[in-house]
Amino acid sequence: MSQVLVVTSGKGGVGKTTTTAALGAAIAVTGQTVVVVDFDVGLRNLDLVMGAERRVVYDLINVVQGIAKLPQALIRDKRIDTLSLLPASQTRDKDALTDDGVARVIKELRAKFDWVICDSPAGIERGATLAMRYADAAIIVTNPEVSSVRDSDRIVGLLDSKTKKAELGERIEKHILITRFDAARAARGEMLNIKDVLDILSLPLLGIIPESEEVLRASNLGTPVTLNDPTSAPARAYCDAACRLLGQDLPMVIPNDRKSIFEKLLGRRAA
Amino acid sequence: MTDTDPANANNSIRFCIRSYIAFVLAPQAPIADWLTKVDSWTKRSPGFFANRPIVLDLSAVKLEHAGIVDLIGQLAERKIHIIGLEGADHSQLGPALPPLLTGGRHAERAPAPDTSAHAEAPEAPASLLIESPIRSGQTVIFPDGDVTVLGSVASGSEIVAGGSIHVYGTLRGRAMAGSQGDDRARIFCQRNEAELLAINGYYRTAEELDADTRCQPAQSWLQNGIVMVAPLV
Repeated sequence: MSQVLVVTSGKGGVGKTTTTAALGAAIAVTGQTVVVVDFDVGLRNLDLVMGAERRVVYDLINVVQGIAKLPQALIRDKRIDTLSLLPASQTRDKDALTDDGVARVIKELRAKFDWVICDSPAGIERGATLAMRYADAAIIVTNPEVSSVRDSDRIVGLLDSKTKKAELGERIEKHILITRFDAARAARGEMLNIKDVLDILSLPLLGIIPESEEVLRASNLGTPVTLNDPTSAPARAYCDAACRLLGQDLPMVIPNDRKSIFEKLLGRRAA
Repeated sequence: MTDTDPANANNSIRFCIRSYIAFVLAPQAPIADWLTKVDSWTKRSPGFFANRPIVLDLSAVKLEHAGIVDLIGQLAERKIHIIGLEGADHSQLGPALPPLLTGGRHAERAPAPDTSAHAEAPEAPASLLIESPIRSGQTVIFPDGDVTVLGSVASGSEIVAGGSIHVYGTLRGRAMAGSQGDDRARIFCQRNEAELLAINGYYRTAEELDADTRCQPAQSWLQNGIVMVAPLV
């Protein structure tokens, strides 16, 4: 039984695309088949983060409009052969997506893959609502910061009203993934702490991804963070989150970046 | 005076049909006992029938013409003015009596009496219970009565209630109680972080709220056109 996940947030720049790539790769490494779908039509990024930007021929819009067949548009990852990408179009806009077309594509993807992970665009307009429309479960990516949390709350409201599951009276499963978390800044009160975020959103926590330079380094290399350096703090946190999605019960720990500890020690010595 | 205005020369008199809501009194035999009951009722609610159009339903009593005239006279002494009769036939009536009305329908929203002593069983009070949190961007509008929320009310959401608002989680959004003009409506919350509190159109924003009522259980009510907020103890 395949699972359709949507990675969404409302707010831009919180790490939806990074999360989609990292979780997709982490699940694919276990041998299950995964496709990551870029719904950010007109502002596509997932191809870059996956390092597949030079292999895009057809895209989601072509498939939705029937110009290309799904296998023609799918790009198989060169590192993990159970991982595929369905890129978005960069030249079209989100109005080119139709409800029926998306329904058909998702149905075809369900038949081919164990996991369909949809990378939602920011905002609450057509692109975002269609990305979540046919999902079984949602990962709401949130930064520990008030505007991000409020936008996430708005998205949760939409997940409970605008998705197919919600319209059928079923409940869509929802997880919170906190990204760019800095334990030291949260302790100093410069950032919301985990409890505040969960208190506001009142949803289960899937994982806490620490703020790390490694994330940007991996995206610039076109590699999902979980593949670039699997021992780095964000990679371990994403792998834990992926394991939780696969049904494992792991304790919630906030991985430390070894480098930041090192820096802290240096800082203390200097002081 | 004759009508010489040419504009009106061809016009007939204007009339149209309108329906009105009237109370219907249904006397029961014996009339004397029934009048005693009316007296005890009006003693509790003086002036209740004054200046109201009242219809007399005679279907439960057998009265001749003279009896009806006497009854209407007795009621007039009690300041109950009969504008029409129901449940009688023309043989009982005469030119001195109010006209016979037929086709009366039950009215849904008759004005309620001032006291509940003789009132029918009150309708169940309207209230809305929401068991899930209210998310940012959502609006709950319930003009008919109270709204109770078991979860939290997010920043950027709003509740509009005709009655009071009760939030058993944290109130972070806007709460507007008494939206239909109810001064007595209140807002209660387990933890007050509201963006705006309003009662019957009078409002206060978060900025104008005292810090000592924030982040704790609080209630809000209206006093002389000022929205008051105090911690719940």
